[in-house]
Amino acid sequence: MSELISIPTLAEMTAKNETPDVLFWVGCAGSFDDRAKKITKAFARLLMRAEIKFAVLGAEESCSGDPARRAGNEFLYQMQALTNIETLNSYKVQRIVTTCPHCFNTLKNEYPELGGQYEVFHHTQFLKTLLEEGKLKVEGGAFKGKRIVFHDPCYLGRINGEYEAPRKVLSALESELIEMKRCKQKGLCCGAGGSQMFKESEKGAIDINLERSKEALASDPQIIATGCPFCNTMISDGVKHFNQEGKVQVLDIAEAISQADDI
Amino acid sequence: MIEQVTFAVLLFIGGTIFTLKILRLRKGLSLARPSERNDQKAERWKTMTRIALGQRKMGTKPLAAFFHLIVYVGFVIINIEVIEILLDGLLGTHRILKYPLGSLYNPIMSIFEWLGVAVIIACIAFLFRRWFGRIPRLKHKELDGWPQRDAHIILYTEIVLMIALLTMNAAEEASLKNSAPFFFSNIIAQGLAGISSENLFFIQKSAWWVHFVGILAFLNYLPHSKHFHIILAFPNTWYSNLAKRGAITPMTAVTNEIKAMMDPSFVPDISNNPKHFGAKDISDLHFANLLNAYTCTECGRCTDECPANQTGKLLSPRKIMISTRKRVEELIENPGSELNLLDNYITREELWACTTCNACVEACPLNIDPLDIIVQMRQYLVMEESSAPQSINAMNTNIENNGAPWAYSQADRGMWIKEN
Repeated sequence: MSELISIPTLAEMTAKNETPDVLFWVGCAGSFDDRAKKITKAFARLLMRAEIKFAVLGAEESCSGDPARRAGNEFLYQMQALTNIETLNSYKVQRIVTTCPHCFNTLKNEYPELGGQYEVFHHTQFLKTLLEEGKLKVEGGAFKGKRIVFHDPCYLGRINGEYEAPRKVLSALESELIEMKRCKQKGLCCGAGGSQMFKESEKGAIDINLERSKEALASDPQIIATGCPFCNTMISDGVKHFNQEGKVQVLDIAEAISQADDI
Repeated sequence: MIEQVTFAVLLFIGGTIFTLKILRLRKGLSLARPSERNDQKAERWKTMTRIALGQRKMGTKPLAAFFHLIVYVGFVIINIEVIEILLDGLLGTHRILKYPLGSLYNPIMSIFEWLGVAVIIACIAFLFRRWFGRIPRLKHKELDGWPQRDAHIILYTEIVLMIALLTMNAAEEASLKNSAPFFFSNIIAQGLAGISSENLFFIQKSAWWVHFVGILAFLNYLPHSKHFHIILAFPNTWYSNLAKRGAITPMTAVTNEIKAMMDPSFVPDISNNPKHFGAKDISDLHFANLLNAYTCTECGRCTDECPANQTGKLLSPRKIMISTRKRVEELIENPGSELNLLDNYITREELWACTTCNACVEACPLNIDPLDIIVQMRQYLVMEESSAPQSINAMNTNIENNGAPWAYSQADRGMWIKEN
């Protein structure tokens, strides 16, 4: 778990006249949020284990603009997008992988109209390919036979139609994959999208993340798996609210895969 | 002759009123910005065929989809009979298609009857579902008053129209001693056996007129009703948003402004610039938004899936559509209205409760997009009024200053690599 990791920035790599196979877009949560940083590291470790030549932008990365755009600040979004596109294009980036479905969606679906054309992967899609190609081998290990429920992030599932990759990757853990009633197309939002993550919620009967966590807990899982740092925060908070954090773990798929052999 | 003239006059009046109503709708829809959705014509026809004609998105609720399909097929096919009604009415003939169709006539009419009965059963099922079903989306308080009344009027009218059709056939069979052996009307005909042939003739004629006048009335009722979707479903799906679902419609005016800022030699074309950013009222929305509002059949599948609504927040995507339609109606009646869609019809609390999760967009059987309106109204609030919630302003400031929604320095983005 704790081996030192050394990851080059794209600037460093370019200085050495090298080009990466893929750029790892870390995202704001993945860079700064303590919980999400663990996801970032877990995925980076998996990339290294699979011997993928990758780089990050480091200080040259900036917010994709998703929360600003969804909060109605089109001006700020486009400023962010155009700046990022300039950076990415200056390095001639072609392939990007990210652990955040919001960055994934914006880079994949919204940057093209502003001149940013890349092949963009969500990390679960990338992991699925690595497993299929045999570059990454996983055995269930500690997860064998455990009950795992997967929460579909809206921006991966409903909005980008990717329901299969995360489930395919989880199935490599030889665990018991269970589904909530509201899953896939009908998956209930964790409550963080549309920049809700950064504001108080409007008044109502219950917070959305509690509603979702309640549903996830009702399926009696040992692990709640997600593929989004924001979903992870929201559901972790929900699990704590219901005093279940001792019994139920909230893990990103990358963490589960990377821990399978370690624990 | 008198009958023919009466028929022609009624048809003319009904047709004229309907035409006027369509023109009125056109006026309403033209209050919005024009839609840029005229590209990809082949894809648009395909979408319309799949979603409107083929009802591909209905199936998520199989029982409702089944009954809806009966009413839909019944409606389309039985209306073929309207051709005969028109010809008979204008020419003073009786069952004019009997001769050209020959031996096919009776089987075709029988099929119409079967469908007619199926439609009655489906409408009764729908009524029972509204009365006794435990379906929250059909009991929601935003449906109190007109929307609920509207839903019932439609179902009653369809039942009356179908009963008229059956009665007409039955009375004729009873008087002519089974000239047309249709299964269902035959059963009713036996009940009418004791009635004199003059009275039977009167019943038959009355039922025929009820059916005809009913159709005209129904046609003219549509523009005021959620039932307008039987027509508007087609143009509405044609004007579907074909962009990738996750992509918010880009604002070219903003792109131009930024490009001009970055490159002073860039001269943007400002002829198409909106009068302000985002949407405050109907004239800021685009054509397809309004078409969406008039197409909405208030089924509430969107609201049923909305995470905000399901957790007791004020936001309901269906209400966004109802409010938009109400506002257009108000502007048609009262063009000088000083109210706005924002605040007077849709509140800020509703707008800020949205998580942009797209569940409403996914759920709508007719590709209606409440989220598009919500985002445009947020754009107005943020870019014109700078009146977002405090925390959103803070988030935007952080992104502006240090490229992250939180106040961390951009220079520290790579710090996680060194932390172990």
